[in-house]
Amino acid sequence: MSTSVAMHMSDGLLNATTSMLFIGVAVVGLAVAASRARATLDDRTAPMAGLVAAFLFATQMINFPVLPGVSGHLLGGALAAILVGPWVGALCVSIVLVVQALVFADGGITALGANITNMALIGTAAGFLVALALRGIAQRGRVGLVSVAFIAAVVNTVLASLGFVVEFAMGGETSFPLGAVAATVVGVHGLIGIGEGVITALTVGAVAAVRPDLVYLLRGTQRPLELRTAEGVAA
Amino acid sequence: MQPFHRPGDTPVHRLPAQVKIVTALVFVLCVVATRRTEFLAFGLYFAVLAGVWTVARIPPVWLAKRALIETPFVILALALPFVAGGPTVDVLGVAVSEQGTLAGWNILAKGTLGVLVSLTLAATTSPRDLIVGLQRLRVPAMVITIATLMLRYLEVIAAEARRMRTARICRGHDPRFLWQVGATARGIGTLFVRSYERGERVHLAMVSRGWAGAMPDDPRPVGRSAWLLGLVPAAVAAAVLVGVSL
Repeated sequence: MSTSVAMHMSDGLLNATTSMLFIGVAVVGLAVAASRARATLDDRTAPMAGLVAAFLFATQMINFPVLPGVSGHLLGGALAAILVGPWVGALCVSIVLVVQALVFADGGITALGANITNMALIGTAAGFLVALALRGIAQRGRVGLVSVAFIAAVVNTVLASLGFVVEFAMGGETSFPLGAVAATVVGVHGLIGIGEGVITALTVGAVAAVRPDLVYLLRGTQRPLELRTAEGVAA
Repeated sequence: MQPFHRPGDTPVHRLPAQVKIVTALVFVLCVVATRRTEFLAFGLYFAVLAGVWTVARIPPVWLAKRALIETPFVILALALPFVAGGPTVDVLGVAVSEQGTLAGWNILAKGTLGVLVSLTLAATTSPRDLIVGLQRLRVPAMVITIATLMLRYLEVIAAEARRMRTARICRGHDPRFLWQVGATARGIGTLFVRSYERGERVHLAMVSRGWAGAMPDDPRPVGRSAWLLGLVPAAVAAAVLVGVSL
């Protein structure tokens, strides 16, 4: 059973009432994200948002082994939040989930609301809040930034899986003991979080090394360009 | 990756994308709302889909191959009869949980129908048309922008990954099935930066040629007959749902 909880929820895993409730939650959350994202999306960040979405899409197709018989894939909330910010990030993850459901039949259409709530809203928010809280460490240098990315990704994964537990408790199969489901889901996602953390840290580290101007978390920390001449520092 | 779009010129292919998206959503909502013990209803849903495949000329084998994406969910469904609690029944001498069997059937039937609906939509609608369809359904322009760029950049990422692999082989790397995973993982950050810089050049070229974030679209409104025709499968599914719920 753990094979499935590591992937998107499919149709029929939650009952219709719960599915509709979380579609509502997702629509409201995305409307807020869209209104806030408009201010941050320009000619430079639009391709970044598109690339983050495409990157998440490609990496979500690759399942890495966690335990024998159990595999997980990247959720991507923390990666998106650190690179493009929480609002655009939530939209990126949601778009990935919608396209996967519509085109690649990965994750159910009616379960989209719950999937978006977990991975796009809870995941991105958790990843961003952790990164924001540790921003001082992240701005200190490469090691700091990479460690913050790792921690944010682990927290994002575990909190997103807790979202699933809540939804399952509200409208899932009652024949399953909830405690066992919660323990399995959270345990598996703790392990997935390590894989997620490694990928997030590698990606954020590489982008920050080459193009620190593209990392949302590092915005406003660049030192203004200094012109040094033979006489000293010019204005 | 196998292509999910199957180009064609059938009545299903010609329907406007937004009609097909709405129909698929309504159809799947009906499937999920059906009680799990209404076995006849699930058969009728499948029959409706089979009818659509006949009109769209999609061979069942083509669909079956792509439906394998569902396998992880099926494994869960097959495990349920053995791990769930409650009263048991004997099947071929093995005691299985009654609730668990029904729960497994529920996931299997609804998941399979959901996958088949999505596959039918994807098979008859090109990715570009799906985006235009969402645009016509008044999805915010910013979402369309990100989605369009995402579909474009998938190709960019794949192409850059191939180039990096070629570069590794040129430098004496010997890629075998599993051993190249390590090299690919270490290069994942580089892949991201390379893809971004190439994507940025493409994006600036598009902007300088007048792209403003929306796909060019045919402004003609969709006639009522297209909606009526396209919504037939959804209407039948709704009728089945009402029929078995009474």
